[in-house]
Amino acid sequence: MLRVDIQKQLGEFSLAASFTSEGRVTGLFGASGSGKTSLINTIAGLVRPDRGTIVIDGETVDDTAAGIHVPTWRRRIGYVFQDARLFPHLDIRQNLDYGRRMNRLAEDGAQHKRVVDLLDIGALLDRRPGKLSGGERQRVALGRALLSKPRLLLLDEPLGALDESRKLEILPYLVRLRDEAGVPMVYVSHDAAELRQLATQIVMLRRGQVTAFGGVKVLTSGA
Amino acid sequence: MFEISPTEWTAILLSLRVAVIATLVATPFGIALAWLLARRDFWGKSLLDAAVHLPLVLPPVVTGYLLLLTFGKRGLVGGWLADHLGIVFAFRWTGAALACGVMSFPLLVRPIRLSIEAVDRRLEQAAETLGAAPWRVFATVTLPLALPGVLAGMVLGFAKAIGEFGATITFVSNIPGETQTISSAIYSLIQTPDGDSAAARLVIISVVLAVGALIAAEVFARRATARLHGQ
Repeated sequence: MLRVDIQKQLGEFSLAASFTSEGRVTGLFGASGSGKTSLINTIAGLVRPDRGTIVIDGETVDDTAAGIHVPTWRRRIGYVFQDARLFPHLDIRQNLDYGRRMNRLAEDGAQHKRVVDLLDIGALLDRRPGKLSGGERQRVALGRALLSKPRLLLLDEPLGALDESRKLEILPYLVRLRDEAGVPMVYVSHDAAELRQLATQIVMLRRGQVTAFGGVKVLTSGA
Repeated sequence: MFEISPTEWTAILLSLRVAVIATLVATPFGIALAWLLARRDFWGKSLLDAAVHLPLVLPPVVTGYLLLLTFGKRGLVGGWLADHLGIVFAFRWTGAALACGVMSFPLLVRPIRLSIEAVDRRLEQAAETLGAAPWRVFATVTLPLALPGVLAGMVLGFAKAIGEFGATITFVSNIPGETQTISSAIYSLIQTPDGDSAAARLVIISVVLAVGALIAAEVFARRATARLHGQ
């Protein structure tokens, strides 16, 4: 479960969002500049809200009234960025293992294999990020986030930097992830078609305000 | 002509020892300071930045004199260190290392700072989302990615330290076997009537060391850069 009720002033732009989502995939939908990325960064702890609370999986990670702000690295989230952000000095195997090492988790060969198979990245393990295609990089970034065993997976336009055919290459993996990985996700996109395929709940944003919240059908009613 | 005398050997080995120790001791401080200047905003930052560069713009003799006033036996810090920890800098090779460390510090810090600034902060953010505490982000992402700059800074600092003259001779004088480095040995030799050929030998050696250091810096930087770009 994810509960968000925050306000944040970013220069001229003010963000105010309040919603509670039980869905497996919460889609944050809106045009560019609507505050989607600021909102997901606030959930990640990279942006600190001026006022309000955020509760992830029963844990209050932000509560300005109580002075609570759990730093990003202690939130046990996974974050897949639009630009994969793989570590260039590590090979793919080490990239995938990074979150496990940082969280001091025991090695879990079964889960490693499951994620590698799910994303079809077994052939890439010994390569360097510099040698991968955009789609491959994004799959590795997904695997890296999943293997840190997050309570919540945040995805900020993970297909945004890919061309149409690459998008179609990745989408099935995301659907499998939703159905098999068992980690709730927040999925940011400006593409209604993408969200229709993936999301179970939609938070619609316009100029920093939530304008609609509900099932995928809110995508068809205007926007 | 290339018979190196025992006194010359002593000066060469002392120079190497002084420069190696100065570089190794200064590097952790240099990395910490470079990180502060590259990644943090705080009150007095430009003042600190200026202070780091001071040895570069002050006459070396002034730096040496200030070191003497501070770290000499009757100096504020030097007196305390001698009384409480038994560490003496004045007229010792340790003082030469201190002088070289201070003089080479700006050259050490600058490349490290630039390379830390060049590290993509989005990668540091990604590390944080994967559960890395700030110091582990530094140790596993920032520092490895800044490695070419760290190596370049160390080599530059070393080259500067091995050639340092003005601050060293002012602070710890020119005592053969204790504080007489290659530079101060050359200085002494060219003032004695038949020291020319010995001076020439040491000049050649210092040129070789300096050029060698620059080539090493270049090689290190290229290798590290290639590795970091995922090749």
